[in-house]
Amino acid sequence: MDTPRAPGEQEPGEAGRPRRYGRRLFIATVAGGLSSLYWGKAAWSPLSHALSGVEAAVPLVPTGGWRIYTISGHMPAFDPATWRLKIGGLVEQPVSLGYDELRALPRVDQVSTFHCVTGWTVQNVHWGGVRMQDVLDRARPLASGHALRFVSMEVPYVDYLTMPQASLHDVMLAYEMDGRPLRREHGAPVRLVIPEMYGYKNVKWLQAIDVVPRAVNGYWENLGYDRDAWVGRSNGYSS
Amino acid sequence: MKAGYVRRFSRIERLLHWVNAAGFFFLLGTGLILYLPRLSMLVSRRQLIQSIHFWGGVGWLGALAAVIVLGGRRLLATARELDSFDRDDLRWLRGGKAPQGRFNAGQKINAVLTAAFTILFGVSGLLLWFGEQDTRYRFASTVILHDGLMYVSLALLVGHLYLALIHPATRHALRGMALGDVSSEWAARHHAKWKPE
Repeated sequence: MDTPRAPGEQEPGEAGRPRRYGRRLFIATVAGGLSSLYWGKAAWSPLSHALSGVEAAVPLVPTGGWRIYTISGHMPAFDPATWRLKIGGLVEQPVSLGYDELRALPRVDQVSTFHCVTGWTVQNVHWGGVRMQDVLDRARPLASGHALRFVSMEVPYVDYLTMPQASLHDVMLAYEMDGRPLRREHGAPVRLVIPEMYGYKNVKWLQAIDVVPRAVNGYWENLGYDRDAWVGRSNGYSS
Repeated sequence: MKAGYVRRFSRIERLLHWVNAAGFFFLLGTGLILYLPRLSMLVSRRQLIQSIHFWGGVGWLGALAAVIVLGGRRLLATARELDSFDRDDLRWLRGGKAPQGRFNAGQKINAVLTAAFTILFGVSGLLLWFGEQDTRYRFASTVILHDGLMYVSLALLVGHLYLALIHPATRHALRGMALGDVSSEWAARHHAKWKPE
């Protein structure tokens, strides 16, 4: 006859006294997971780099690391027949460029890393496009203009850069990504690329660039994010 | 209960299992819309989906907590079973033939990991949500933890579904989780040390 025991509890017999391994596994998993808040990103980036080839073969698996952020209910659609990029505000000569006119400007290529403020990173993105400066030179900003307002087709998304920020050597307007025309979810037909700053400054679906007296809060800055969104030196991060 | 059948899972155990399963699938679906570029494109209302995902997660944790409170001592006894590993369990994990109790050692590990992941999903999800509003809650690796948990959980889920739905020797267990009882002949074969009341 068995001695009374809690349902399911195993009797100590040949198999020895049961060990409490379950709770140890539980605590170790929770502790390991929480500690990864401090080491997870450093461990993940070489791994994601190694996996980056997989995405080409299995397109549904986003090992490339992009996530698509939108703020409105509708992702802007690019129509080559009607789309124009307008450069205006405090300029001598307002400019309106069609898609082909934009592509006819001197082309630059660069490889840079894209950092999102939420923690994900895409390394070595190959951008093709034009330098910010080449576009601005055509409109000739007035001396009273100290900043640029980037207006997205995704209303009400706007963001600002000061002139010195916009003049950094690798700031560009990209119409190609990784050898293909910029895809819709990445901001087609053209997006701002400023690798020194977090993704929310890299305005997608550009429709206008206005020269303005000073930089003020853009869409995410109004929700508490930093205006000067330097990677690793803003938004509570320090590296 | 039908003749030749024995009760394997109590009502409260099944309730906990199915509440967890429903919540997991809901969060997996809404989470993938936020995570996979192709799905994000199809459903471009990111902020709405994000709210649904967040409040769904809060509801999931709340429902699990409610079931655990409701289960009280009965679920505590289940937790004790899942906690204890004897030499037969360790032998079984190394691939040897060893008699198993009501839960085999693999099921114990799966349950323990699932519980730990629930805590981690909850913590990282709350950090993501509040981190959007306050830099004190922002860690560069929160999103990596949340996504990594999803990948590992998905792998466990695939194995779990295979054993519960497809593998001929084990899929009878699904009946136990759905209706509560399993055939005593199957129980004797797979869970020899378990002595059903």
